[in-house]
Amino acid sequence: MSLFDHLVIFPVLIPFFVAVALLFPSLNNSLAKQRILTIAANILMVVVAFVLLLKVKDQGIQVYALGDWSAPFGIVLMADAFSVLMVCLSAILGLAVTMYASAGEDKNGAFFHPLIMFQLMGINGAFLTGDAFNLFVFFEILLIASYSLMMHGGGKQRIQASIHYVFLNLIGSSLFLFALGTLYGTLGTLNFADMADRIPLLSRNELLITKSGALLLLAVFGLKAAMLPLHFWLPKAYASTSAPVAALFAIMTKVGIYSIWRVHGVMFGDQAGELANIALPWLWPIALLTIAIGAISVLASQSLRVLCSNLVIVSVGTVLVTISLNTVQASTAGIYYLLHSTVACAAMFLLAGLIQQQRGKAEDRFVTARSMPQAGILGFIFALLAIGLIGMPPLSGFVGKALILQSVTKASQAIWIWPLILGAGLIALIALSRAGTSLFWRTTGENTSALKGHPIQYLAIGLLVAILPLMVIFGGAVSNYAQLAAEQLNAGLSLQQLNEVAK
Amino acid sequence: MELVYAVCVGFMSACGIFLMLRGHTFTLVIGLTLLSYAVNLFLFASGGLTIGAPAVLNGSENYADPLPQALVLTAIVIGFAMTAFAVILAMRGRSDLGNDHVDGTEPFDRLAAEEKS
Repeated sequence: MSLFDHLVIFPVLIPFFVAVALLFPSLNNSLAKQRILTIAANILMVVVAFVLLLKVKDQGIQVYALGDWSAPFGIVLMADAFSVLMVCLSAILGLAVTMYASAGEDKNGAFFHPLIMFQLMGINGAFLTGDAFNLFVFFEILLIASYSLMMHGGGKQRIQASIHYVFLNLIGSSLFLFALGTLYGTLGTLNFADMADRIPLLSRNELLITKSGALLLLAVFGLKAAMLPLHFWLPKAYASTSAPVAALFAIMTKVGIYSIWRVHGVMFGDQAGELANIALPWLWPIALLTIAIGAISVLASQSLRVLCSNLVIVSVGTVLVTISLNTVQASTAGIYYLLHSTVACAAMFLLAGLIQQQRGKAEDRFVTARSMPQAGILGFIFALLAIGLIGMPPLSGFVGKALILQSVTKASQAIWIWPLILGAGLIALIALSRAGTSLFWRTTGENTSALKGHPIQYLAIGLLVAILPLMVIFGGAVSNYAQLAAEQLNAGLSLQQLNEVAK
Repeated sequence: MELVYAVCVGFMSACGIFLMLRGHTFTLVIGLTLLSYAVNLFLFASGGLTIGAPAVLNGSENYADPLPQALVLTAIVIGFAMTAFAVILAMRGRSDLGNDHVDGTEPFDRLAAEEKS
């Protein structure tokens, strides 16, 4: 056993040990040391994530049995192409966020860096776990870190938004446990692969109970993913928290989507016998409505951060549509779009933080205010991100949307998807151009006293913005990889295969 | 036994949900606590109810499923931490916002206003 064999657990272990180390007094007393250590740890995580990605691409799915106890008795971590891709995404996002926050945002309260690390540990764990109960545990880790991060720095607005966010998620966690108990009662296991094996073998009187458990899980994941009737917490929560935290939260909704994909797309997918595709009749209208309502809220937004939060909701709807189409081609498009939208929204949140900082009391609201000292460069980045978010060529938003539209084969589905996705793009175009004109052009006089952005903040945004054109230039490689991920996801993994890989 | 157990869990979750539908953080916390008690009992019973059997596989035919007990232990710890966090948040909200309504402001109560005037 070399260290290389333990690679799968590193994305969980690195943030954990770094977070614990950061809590010790010698590090905890010095912000400079904390910054250096977290940025270094995040760079290490990006490296580890990409090495893992190459390994999975070459050698196929990696399974790590903790303590070498084989599934279903032991706990396994499973790294397939999709989960490793998400781990890479969270590592890059984590790096950008810690770099941005190191310019001063982390001074507003205590323990910013350890909390970010715990949050990343929870996110990576949720992506890598192969066991439903550990999914719950990692969800709780990322949630409790997110509760504290959300109100980091304090203030009335944040506390009020946090109360909604925290209590909703606590109720969600209780429902999650109810769902897990129900599924364990009928299936007798919580290992994903084992559950998928046993679902087709259920007896007739257990079907309804299992179905109710599965749909309860859909509601829980839907709450995290902000799908339609459960999305009301999102705009207020994301808009009132600090810029780096909002950017990191851009991947939190994706954790919900990822879980829906794993559980309802695959475990209760085509191979599930009587319970095949039980979530799809619900997902289809919900996804379309999420796009529609999200687009309407985009039009009604009065500030850049609220606008961006609503764009997150639209992107959630778009990815859910690709899940409900339930083909490999649609999943490929969905995975590509998921990458693009997470990066673009996160970058926009970081940019909104700089804009807010330079506009004084007007913050990021769409009102006339004094012009920003660095309006030129901010405007340039804003235009780039707007092109990406709207889905215009030449950036990756266009490729993502084109892939999604291309993957719709049935006319009955195209009738709904084409107008909604294209319409949402048009609405984003209108809203973002209105936002840009009022932020950058409707100005009175010069604001000389405003704080200028720190170079490292621009570097952080630049890191994220650079991914958008790179995803087009290396579009073939990225979409091939997304297709590999979609194929692995759709094929599923039986317990026997899982244990063979673990050896 | 199953019936009594199920009725207890059901009644407790019903009380919890009823309390959580109130608009104040205090009742919300109490409701959440009740619901987490209910969910712990529910998880405990998800492996089936057995009496007088050890929770380890000691070679005998008769044993209780050990996994739900491990799950419940984890769920209790996490639930306890989350409740503690919720209580602190509720107190912070009470002191920062001046009232304990979840929206931060008391909704306008027309009946009470008419009674006063």
